[in-house]
Amino acid sequence: MATMASNRALPAIQVDPTNKPYFDAAREGRLLIGLCKDTGKHFWYPRGCSPFTLSNNVELVEAKGTGTIYTYTVMRTKEPYCVAYVELDEGVRVFTNIVDCDLDSLKIGQKVKVVFKPTQGDAPPATMFTPV
Amino acid sequence: MSINGKAYIVGAYEHPTRKADDKSVAQLHAEVAYGALQDAGLTKDDIDGYFCTGAAPGLGPLNMADYLGLTKLKHLDSTDVGGSSYVLHVGHAAEAIALGLCNVALVTLAGRPRAEAMATGTAPRSWGVNVPDDPFEIPYGRTVANAYAMCAMRHMYEFGTTSEQLAWIKVAASHHAQWNEHAMLRKVVTVEEVVNSPMISDPLHRLDCCVISDGGGALIITRPEIAKSLKRPLVKVKGHGEATKNQNAGYTDLTYSGARWSGPRAFEEAGVRPADIQYASIYDSFTITVLMQLEDLGFCEKGQGGKFVADGNLISGVGKLPFNTDGGGLCNNHPANRGGMTKVIEAVRQLRGEAHPKVQVPGCTLALAHGTGGLLGTRHGSATVILERE
Repeated sequence: MATMASNRALPAIQVDPTNKPYFDAAREGRLLIGLCKDTGKHFWYPRGCSPFTLSNNVELVEAKGTGTIYTYTVMRTKEPYCVAYVELDEGVRVFTNIVDCDLDSLKIGQKVKVVFKPTQGDAPPATMFTPV
Repeated sequence: MSINGKAYIVGAYEHPTRKADDKSVAQLHAEVAYGALQDAGLTKDDIDGYFCTGAAPGLGPLNMADYLGLTKLKHLDSTDVGGSSYVLHVGHAAEAIALGLCNVALVTLAGRPRAEAMATGTAPRSWGVNVPDDPFEIPYGRTVANAYAMCAMRHMYEFGTTSEQLAWIKVAASHHAQWNEHAMLRKVVTVEEVVNSPMISDPLHRLDCCVISDGGGALIITRPEIAKSLKRPLVKVKGHGEATKNQNAGYTDLTYSGARWSGPRAFEEAGVRPADIQYASIYDSFTITVLMQLEDLGFCEKGQGGKFVADGNLISGVGKLPFNTDGGGLCNNHPANRGGMTKVIEAVRQLRGEAHPKVQVPGCTLALAHGTGGLLGTRHGSATVILERE
């Protein structure tokens, strides 16, 4: 059995003043993650404060863009799609989709790399992953 | 301050409807409020504390308080932690009563997602506007079903939990639902029927999911002196715990729930242990929800939930821990997509000895009700109460 990931239409991403730099980088094909400069720890999802100290001593740093599947599920809807948490090599677990593959072949622990997929209108792309 | 023994649940009412084509949400709130007052032997103007959530139409409690004609209110609480809210409200009401902030608290829940043909579990849904995690989750098709399915998938990977073990939870619920004339799904099902039902979101099948129903329920909580002046059996609030679990800044661990924190808080306050509990209402939005909560509440070791639920251990009269004897969310109802209210109501029935005779736990004096609200796989509220028949 094989279930190819659908190319379902993605809703436009709502950009706000705080998350805009993340999505500007996504338009350029770069994956950024949060870094708390108080503790030196990465965090996800990007935000304007450190979830470790609550200070605004944070910045966005570029991630390698590779990781492994921490967990996943395939939504068996008319247009099947895979929702997953990918653990980036930097350690944070990112809520995402696994795309461009046979959804019935996926495994926890599988290596994946980032791909950016267009969303509706001129909104920034979505950050997704595909098997390496 | 402890709430142990400071408040009693004296009124409990579950709306019999499962599809409310001919009633508004506000009217359902009115009917459950009236039902609970009748049950308690109190009247509207006795109510001076009111609890509801964002599922109640209007601005916090304001519009419902108006519709219901509540004019004596001196304490309000519209804390919304999804389906766990109503369990949490019991704790908050007991706290308010213990502090003397109110004397008679009303908690209401109502909704009609079935009449409104809501795709509760399978359509992406935001909780509001300006929600900071939405841009990082909604475009990826986050739904209720897949946010729980990812927990099940990881649980299977870490602990070897199987679909057949999860199915036993549904089987147990169906054994109870057969005796409930109001339950949506009264047919007793087998493990095979559950695992052969259509896959919704791997590894959760259709029969691993709760029903979508209309209806609601209400509770009346009051101080000991008033409770003892009424004619109903005395159901004491003995302990309460609440917690939230979130994504932990990207270091999320999907193998446990907030029950890991709310459960011990409730047990400590009540001064009892999991082994003392004779009946448990456990939130059952999905089978995996029950399994993880049983582990986190301490009814079995972490990772052993699959073995614990197998072979009918949750079936009243058969197993060690009778659960959800009304059929629960899996078979009976899940009004307004929020199951915490009915969890408390069935626990009250058990303690009063008013559950269906076929599922009544003999001599039930200590019960637990637990709720998980929001999404197990992203961020959720958790609330536990322990109740005692006096």
